[in-house]
Amino acid sequence: MVVAIGFEGSANKLGVGIIRDGEILANCRRTFITPPGEGFLPRETAEHHRQNIHEVLKEALDQSGLKPEELDVVCYTKGPGMGAPLSVCAIVARTCALLWNKPILGVNHCIGHIEMGRLITKANNPTVLYVSGGNTQIIAYSRRRYRIFGETIDIAVGNCLDRFARVLKLSNAPSPGYNIEQMAKSGKKYLHLPYCVKGMDVSFSGILSYMEDKIDDLLKDYTPEDLCYSLQETVFAMLVEITERAMAHCASDEVLIVGGVGCNERLQEMMGVMCEERGAKIFATDERFCIDNGVMIAYAGALAYASGTRMEFEDATITQRYRTDDVLVTWRND
Amino acid sequence: MCEEMKLFKQGAEAKLFVCNYLGKPTLVKERFKKHYRHPALDENITKERIKNEARSIVRCKAVGVKTPSLYLVDFERRRIYMQHFEISITVKDFIIQIKKGESGDSDASLDSLARKIGETVRKLHESNIIHGDLTSSNMLLVPKNPSPNDANWTQQDIELVMIDFGLSRSDSNAEDMGVDLYVLERAIISTHNDCPNLFTQVLDAYSNIKSKKKSFNIKEVLNKFEEVRARGRKRTMVG
Repeated sequence: MVVAIGFEGSANKLGVGIIRDGEILANCRRTFITPPGEGFLPRETAEHHRQNIHEVLKEALDQSGLKPEELDVVCYTKGPGMGAPLSVCAIVARTCALLWNKPILGVNHCIGHIEMGRLITKANNPTVLYVSGGNTQIIAYSRRRYRIFGETIDIAVGNCLDRFARVLKLSNAPSPGYNIEQMAKSGKKYLHLPYCVKGMDVSFSGILSYMEDKIDDLLKDYTPEDLCYSLQETVFAMLVEITERAMAHCASDEVLIVGGVGCNERLQEMMGVMCEERGAKIFATDERFCIDNGVMIAYAGALAYASGTRMEFEDATITQRYRTDDVLVTWRND
Repeated sequence: MCEEMKLFKQGAEAKLFVCNYLGKPTLVKERFKKHYRHPALDENITKERIKNEARSIVRCKAVGVKTPSLYLVDFERRRIYMQHFEISITVKDFIIQIKKGESGDSDASLDSLARKIGETVRKLHESNIIHGDLTSSNMLLVPKNPSPNDANWTQQDIELVMIDFGLSRSDSNAEDMGVDLYVLERAIISTHNDCPNLFTQVLDAYSNIKSKKKSFNIKEVLNKFEEVRARGRKRTMVG
């Protein structure tokens, strides 16, 4: 039995979670929200994390009812992500590990999402669509690695949505993507946008530039709701298409959607229709686990720890670039 | 048109049927409606891809890249009729077979396969054809002289046939060719992670064959390929 605490702060979410043998004891989170029309920058985000991390940590410990000595391992996000916010969590994690005299373990953020999704949904060996503000990847497991079958060749889908929300000056609370989703629900008129699938890879930068360049003209014929609707329909169709392609390629009949964009209900609905048409099953989680959180880091760390992975204290660093397939999956034998 | 259509395979975006069309074994590729996407988008994409596929097949014929022959295009029913290779194996399955050690000299077979792939892709690019979806599932091997009993693929004279041109385009810019190579690299790495050198061999063959077209700037394409690769690998992934 492994009791693990996880610190997550690779982007604008700060989370601390505690897990014992797949049972979630605490899942606490703060989000750094910027004014409409602005994105979050590394320095300010790190500042937000610094100001909040003690409170979140205390909240998590209180919620779990555990004392630090009852923990087995301290886990934190090693990467990928923004350097400054990552290092805030890493410093606190290292300090806790020394204070409490516990081993420390750095976790790959993407692996955290995948394993959390598998835990919550009980999906066995799914094709994973990982979609967030920084990542867009189609992943499948093979020979002890989560292999990337397809991904964006430029910006992430969440980044595309967030930046379009900025063009429309939508609020960043609770998240720009959520506001686009709500507006899209009342969109009626469909606008044809560039559609860019390359094999199992996708590209979103062209769609964004197109919208940015033409926004003034577009708003003469279309409402902002129509544009949100058309954008969602187009980018999600691309995602569902490459997921289906990867499923056909790997002969897989399960899909798991993880990452912040994964809690978009329209995306889940479209993926569901695709799955139904090919006799496959869809698995998705809600915002508690889709959006970055500390539990996923604790859980992925606990799995690795239980299967024997250890990290020297000197190696408890961070990295902005850390590919999903860099991690040797020691906890799976299939 | 054809009396009896038998479902042969269901891919990601099309159903494949086999039938007999004008006395020839025929593969019917029907791009069925995708209900998850907006009907206008679905219509658009499907028409576009049927057009791409038909055009590229014809262009390939002209430049000597082997593809199935095109028999008929039926926009109304979203179908393409083309030649069916009754004896064939996908490159993907072929590699898996080799790796299982079911045939003699696996290194030699992989070498010659890699060369074939590299040369064929180069030929496509020199003819300004961008495939758009280069994977080992979209390449077939067929015997040059088909005979009914053919258990062993490595022993005979085989040809590489390119299929699935739905995402193809006719374009002469190096960026698209770079992306094409990148897509192939990713497909090989993820699917055939037990053949770590395969793509390098393919790329060697691609880079080193004698160019038929003087104006083809191989350096530029390879540079673009490196650039696209860097974009994917070195991108910071936040969130």
